[in-house]
Amino acid sequence: MQTVEQLLGESPALEGLAPEHRATMAGCARLHVFPAGERLLREGDPADEFFLIRRGAVAVETEVPGRGAVTLETLEPGELLGWSWLVPPYRSAFGARALEDVHVIVLDGACLRGKCEQDPDLGYALLKVVATVFVRRLEDTRLRLLDLYAGVPHAG
Amino acid sequence: MTAIIDRAGLDELIGALRRRGFTVIGPTVRSQAIVYGEIASAGDLPAGVEDVQDGGTYRLRAREDGALFAHTAGHDSVKRFLFPPAIQVWRARRGQDGGLEVEPPPPPPRYAFLGVRSCDLHAVAIQDRVFLGDRYVDPDYEARREDAFFVAVNCARAGGTCFCVSMDAGPEVTAGHDLALTELIDGDGHRFLVEAGSERGRELLAELPARPTAADEPRLAAEQTARTAASMGRRLDTEGIRDLLAANAEHPRWDDVAERCLSCGNCTMVCPTCFCSTAEDTIDLAGEEAEHTRLWDSCFTLQHSYVHGGSVRGATRARYRQWLTHKLGTWIDQFGSSGCVGCGRCITWCPVAIDITEEVAAIRAGDLREGLDADG
Amino acid sequence: MRVEAPASYRVTGRRQETGDAWTLRLEAAGDATPRFAPGQFSMLYVLGSGEVPISISAIPDAGTTLVHTVRAVGAVTRTLCAARPGAAVGVRGPFGRGWPVELAEGRDVVVVAGGLGLAPLRPVVHELIERRERFGRVALLYGGRSPADLLYRDELEAWRAAIDVELIVDAPAEGWDGRVGVVTRLIRRAAFDPANTLAMACGPEVMMRFAASALRERGVPGSSLWLSLERSMKCATGHCGHCQLGPLFVCKDGPVVRHDRVERLMGVSEL
Repeated sequence: MQTVEQLLGESPALEGLAPEHRATMAGCARLHVFPAGERLLREGDPADEFFLIRRGAVAVETEVPGRGAVTLETLEPGELLGWSWLVPPYRSAFGARALEDVHVIVLDGACLRGKCEQDPDLGYALLKVVATVFVRRLEDTRLRLLDLYAGVPHAG
Repeated sequence: MTAIIDRAGLDELIGALRRRGFTVIGPTVRSQAIVYGEIASAGDLPAGVEDVQDGGTYRLRAREDGALFAHTAGHDSVKRFLFPPAIQVWRARRGQDGGLEVEPPPPPPRYAFLGVRSCDLHAVAIQDRVFLGDRYVDPDYEARREDAFFVAVNCARAGGTCFCVSMDAGPEVTAGHDLALTELIDGDGHRFLVEAGSERGRELLAELPARPTAADEPRLAAEQTARTAASMGRRLDTEGIRDLLAANAEHPRWDDVAERCLSCGNCTMVCPTCFCSTAEDTIDLAGEEAEHTRLWDSCFTLQHSYVHGGSVRGATRARYRQWLTHKLGTWIDQFGSSGCVGCGRCITWCPVAIDITEEVAAIRAGDLREGLDADG
Repeated sequence: MRVEAPASYRVTGRRQETGDAWTLRLEAAGDATPRFAPGQFSMLYVLGSGEVPISISAIPDAGTTLVHTVRAVGAVTRTLCAARPGAAVGVRGPFGRGWPVELAEGRDVVVVAGGLGLAPLRPVVHELIERRERFGRVALLYGGRSPADLLYRDELEAWRAAIDVELIVDAPAEGWDGRVGVVTRLIRRAAFDPANTLAMACGPEVMMRFAASALRERGVPGSSLWLSLERSMKCATGHCGHCQLGPLFVCKDGPVVRHDRVERLMGVSEL
């Protein structure tokens, strides 16, 4: 049976984080399983927690009147879900739903923010790791914005 | 085999070619320019005409001596006959069973070209490499080229924009000819030194009223051609040019030339080696019979690089860069030689007098690779 | 090889794949059909309209049928997509260099397709499945605009029996419970040994550039990645000049090219 700290060490999303920072983070972490269909995040709710997915897929979604819940992206094991805990007003911009049984490491956002204020080294290290996630998501999103697969009618 | 013929002999030469079933094409004056057209006798050739050429300028001027070949490159070349601006590639119709019936086009005429310069002979060899010497053979070019007869001329003077010497393409005719003429006009008369370059040429020469060369005539001819070589209008440094152009795709000179270039495509039309084409299909009103036509195209058109609703080379900068880089650089990768023969037509016929020799010199002067070396 | 005029073929079958793409089966009217290799293409001719280059999208064993998936985006392709069985179509081909499937033997294979890009890759998938034992892990990573824009949907499910099939769409639709996102995210997660993998990618050029980056991040070098390029083509024989990318003629030096040989060219703006 592995400890939360060991599991944090296995998470690809936290790759490069020094062992001592992982140990500090473990103090704000716990394990949880979301059954299929259950919400991990609700749009507009206080974003107290974020998640490192260990098993299962999660749909990041938003409510569109007339279309219901529209999936924006599917996140999978190894990925980080939730970043609103980092920036005021600390409210989830989007929702997230378990597409199957999802095993996660739940991280307490408020707890971690407190620890980062006290330990800037931890803060910087964590920000670097999270920034990598943001950059990758933004690159992917920009690619989708190009709508490359759309057929463009042309003359002749 | 060399000999001397006079103007009457030249007439005979044309006649002999016609009797062999060739359509004889030679220089004529039309719309104040030298244009290749069908000629029936030496009388159709432009006597006492020379040209004055520079960037964006072309004029004909009279001369006293009645020289037939004192002019240099006009705007057109042999390309117009071997690789015509428009040809039928096939005709197709719906057959009785509803299937597709495709017919080849009629055979082309057999051409004999009189007055071709060394640059244009090199251009023919370059187009041979494109249409005959690569993976696929173009049947129309093959048919036109197969029997084509070349009576070349050693230039008695250099054109204002010529730089065949830089491109190793002249002015002396050395290969690709059946006969080569050097026009001599002096106290001993108006005559032509004829040199045979092939078996066919030898056979034809043997039929003409010719006399052996006098002792000094070969030397006079050689000196005349050497004077032409020494008086080129332009120079182009070809040292490492393929790598130079490949490494300078982002050179600021491209922006500079793009501000002048109208992307009119004149350069591609007058260039004797440009081979880009497009294809068009037209159908009759009954919707039964269609003609598939190959037409000259130019890399300066937006349509040339059109894919997925837009042109890859949308900016003039990109299109000019494509033309020059291809002509002087990537052509070497593709076909083993430069695509340029130094005829100077692109300089003369550019409405804004863009000069490729100048553009290359500017790129060389600011070679982006030098900057890297300087920084170590 | 002399350039030839189109041979007469008949449409013997058509199937709608997406809102604007159809797969046509063509049967030769005369002699046996020339043998195509995966990645090669035909010039399909519509009387009075013209020719378009279309990749072969299946190579049936029978050897008399040509299969092409066509997207209706212009005059010629719209006519082809509307062609009924019995309609006459002219065919010239095969043209171009195809996918180097033989280089994949003994290695893991990653096939990355975006949108219509799966069409030129489908014959590769067929061959990988037919000779499955010669290859290591085989994965098809396929991204489309939406579920309705995915090609060959029933075949995709059948392929799962032999290879990994991972699908993803940019925008989901009602009833889609698969992945949502860009196809490059599939590359990050696919199971293969980067040191011993052959990758083949086809789709919009921007997608292929990002796919190349994602593969490189996983440790797959440019020399192990092959792409299928697309440029304007009027002749397919290297004579019209339209398809040039630097020194390459996409019609005869491609359309399948090794990434490391074209990476610099693809990086020059408006080349």
